[in-house]
Order: sequence, then structure tokens, then C-alpha cells
Amino acid sequence: MSGALLSTRGLSKRFDGLQAVTEVDFDLARGEVRALIGPNGAGKTTLVGMICGRVAPSAGTILFDGEDITGLPAHRRIRRGMAYTFQITSVFAGLSVHENVALAARRRLTGAVRVDAAVSEALARVGLSDRSEEEAGNLSYGHQRLLEIAMGLVQAPRLLILDEPTQGLSDGEIEGFKALIREVREQAAILLIEHNMHVVMELADRVTVLNFGTVLAEGTPAQIHENRAVQAAYLGTG
Amino acid sequence: MSIETRRVLALHGGLVALLIGLHFVLPAYHHGNLARIMVLASYAIGYNILFGYTGLLSLGHALFFAAGMYGMALTIQHAGFTPAPGLLSGIVAGALISGALALLALRTTGVAFMIVTLMFAQAGYLTILYFGEYTRGDEGFVIQTAQRVLWGIDLSDPANRYFAALSLFAICLGLSLWLVRAPFGRVLVAIRENEERVRMLGYDIYAHKLGAMVISGTMAAASGAVYGLLFGYAGASFASVQYSIFPLLWVLLGGAGTVLGPFIGTLFMFYLIDLSSGITSAYMLIAGVTLVALTLFAPQGLAGEVRRRIWKGLP
Repeated sequence: MSGALLSTRGLSKRFDGLQAVTEVDFDLARGEVRALIGPNGAGKTTLVGMICGRVAPSAGTILFDGEDITGLPAHRRIRRGMAYTFQITSVFAGLSVHENVALAARRRLTGAVRVDAAVSEALARVGLSDRSEEEAGNLSYGHQRLLEIAMGLVQAPRLLILDEPTQGLSDGEIEGFKALIREVREQAAILLIEHNMHVVMELADRVTVLNFGTVLAEGTPAQIHENRAVQAAYLGTG
Repeated sequence: MSIETRRVLALHGGLVALLIGLHFVLPAYHHGNLARIMVLASYAIGYNILFGYTGLLSLGHALFFAAGMYGMALTIQHAGFTPAPGLLSGIVAGALISGALALLALRTTGVAFMIVTLMFAQAGYLTILYFGEYTRGDEGFVIQTAQRVLWGIDLSDPANRYFAALSLFAICLGLSLWLVRAPFGRVLVAIRENEERVRMLGYDIYAHKLGAMVISGTMAAASGAVYGLLFGYAGASFASVQYSIFPLLWVLLGGAGTVLGPFIGTLFMFYLIDLSSGITSAYMLIAGVTLVALTLFAPQGLAGEVRRRIWKGLP
């Protein structure tokens, strides 16, 4: 698929005898919202780790925007337009909310005025404008997750990778998150690792199901919902 | 200019102004001490950039201090350099050696980094002893008064010496203040806080650490070169492990990751030993107890306590 923003071919990862991911071929189109689901230990985080450079693959290739990035270190992949938000919130706890986002912004913007403008905009989008001078470590867990997303947005990525973004959010915050993703998808493709099926069904254009490190199924949310193999492996009887 | 920036400039500029003023009022003994403290504090400021702001604990900074000192002293002694090119060769030596050591040591982290820097500094110390024919080893050598005239200014004169020390200190303080408020320095602080997150924001961690180590090492070398020039002596003891521990101690006491901390720590430690040795021959006991008390009650150092209790925005 030449038009894909992100493609993997035969991507595998082996940790000392444990085959975490096996020959995954994965394509993500521009502007697509893709959900990656699967039971715990299915290899979701390992797969995404290989895509953004945190984990070195044992075999296979990764193409981003048509170029082979398999050998690139993580920071150079990020510079090409990927943004990654951590599963376990990983904000700079001792720094202010503003400085957290500014660090993410300064990599592509210069000049305090432009950085400040970008930071204000990103904080406004996630609804944290009134918290900008607070120490990030003092935010509630849900707000730290939103801060992570603001740090992703301010990088103006072409591909935004969100690792379990709604974990620990309240129902109200999840509604806000869904609205935010609908807005962001106008600018970036989104790869979403997500456990919350309501979020997946509502947001994703397509869903990829991983099980034991291989792709079990791929399709629209409705197709996945109907798929018996997926139901057996993951969704239970529901 | 924001209010915060003005306060920061007023505080740090005020210290420099105070040090200028002290020149006119201090008795000769303390005047001489303060000149020495300012040079050593410059060394500590350099150390603080790597340790306090970037979070890399080096046990080998004596190598850079000595590189500056010998880069200056050997070229003056054996190549007939005048002080200005002598100083410059000391600074260049420090920059080169810190860059070379960074390329090797930054492959490691944590305890391994401490050990690698320690071992290289020991190798440097032994190298100085090995070439005793030129360096005079432990005994060291004196740089004659006639060799210490910089642009017509005799640096062995106490007033000139004081202002030379103050110039170095003001430059290092200003550079440090500018650096930690600049984007590059902000990334260093972020690396200290959470290295993996910085990588995943698209920054090259290695390049930033390399830059921090060269800036830190070059500042240490400049201090070593100036120290040798002002006090007219170069000896191997300045390359010993003791001189790697000193800046760590000063920075910890004064407040790691604060711009003023290195000066406060150096001043405090210097006078702690000076005053307690006037009271008893067991002065190290007094010094030791005070240090233990300070680490118990002000674990973030003196300036760190000020930041925690009074002024959160203290750089």
C-alpha cells in the first residue's frame, strides 16, 4: 500500500525465548483513526514501541511516509512527525504544566512568543488553560493524561500514537476526550491503543486486533464486533 | 521583561555588585580568601551544570580543572606563552579533554558513569606524575610574578587578583544563568527529570549531554587556568580525587540545580573549615557534624531550601 502513512512488514520481536510480536503487517492510512486492541500481553505496547523506536525489532521493516525508518533512533522518528503519549503518565512532575508543553513545542518552534502561543492553544484544546502554572505532579491522574495529550498535540504530528489515553479518566473526561479526537483527526492520523470498547467503537475508522503477538482480525468496528474469533479471544460473549 | 526576570537579574546582579563593594571594605585576609572562593565557585558553577541541571554525577572533574591549570601553566613555563594565550590554551585543553571524555563516558549511565569519570581523572593525575620532568609532579612549580602580567596588569597584586577572580566568577554566573533559562538548558533540566520522555519528544539526548559536559568541563578548565595564574602555582594535587569531590560537596551544600548554590556552598565550606580550625585542631569534626546536620535539615542545599520555602521560581 504505497499511500499509507505507516506500514510495517514482517515486524517481529523476540525477548529471550518469548515471542512477543510475530510478523505483523500493518498499514495505517493518512487521516485514519485506528484502534489497536487485544487482551493483556497480546503485544500491543511492544508493537507500538517498535513503531516509535523505543523497542528494537528482531525482524521486519517499518515505513513512515514511504521511507524506511527501521534503523532510526526514536528521537529522529519523532522529528519526522510522530508523537507518542505514554501509557503510564510520564509528565515532568517537578515542572509547571506550561513548561511541560513548552518543552514539547520548542523542538519545532523558536522564539518565546510563538512557543507561548502554541502552548496556550494546546492547553486550551485539552481544557487545562487555567492550570498552566501548576506543578504537573500536583495534577490529578486524569489531568496528567490530558497534559500528555497536549504535549502530543503541540508537536503538530502527522501520526499521534496514544497508549491507553482514557485509562483513569472519568466519564465526563472521556466525553471530552472523544470530542478532542474528532477534532484532532482533521490534522493527524491517530493510532489508539485502547481498552474501553465504547471509545473504540465510537472513534475508530478501523480496528486491528492483536492476540499472542499476531494480527487476529482487522476491519471496521462493526465487523470486529461481529467477528467470532475476536469474540472468543477478547470480547467474551458480550 | 517580566517581573520574574527582573527579580532574577536583580538578585544575581546584586551579588556581583556586593562582591565589587566588598573589595573596598574587607580586611586583607578575607579579601584574599574571597578571591580564592570566587575562582573555586566558578569551578563549582561548571560542575553544577552537569550535576545539578543535567543530573549526571561526575567524579572526575579534577581532570578538567587540572587540564585548564596545566594547559595554562605548561605553555607559560615551557613554551614561553604570555598569560592571555596561556589562559586560552588552558581553556582549549579543557574543552578538548571534556569532549573526548564525554564521547567515552556518555556510553554509560549512573554508577558506571561515576566510575568511568573517576578512572579517567585518576589516569590524568597519574599522567601528570609520570611526566614529572615537565610538571614537577606532586611538588608542582611556581609561576613567577613576571610571568603573570596580563595586558600590563600584574595579577599577583591583591586588588588585581580580586577583580580578575570576580570577572571570571561574573562570567560563569552569567553564562550559567543564561543557559538554564535558554531552551538548551531547559532540555537539560528535563533530561534530569525524565530522560525517556525527553527522547520521546524528539530531542537527541546524547547530543545534549555531550554539550552539557563540554560546557561544564570548559568552565572547570577556565577556573583551573585562572586559579593557577592568580595564585602562581600548578601542582598535581589539583588533579587528585579530592578536587573531584570538592565541587560535588560545594554544590550539594549550596543547592544543586540553583545558579547561586555553587557560590554559597563554596563560601560556606571554606569558612566552615577556616573558622573551626581556629577553635580546635579537631576542626574536621566540627565541619563533619555541620555537614551531617545540613544534609539532614536542608537536603536540597542552602539555596535549594530558599527555593522550596520562599521563592519557587529561583533559577
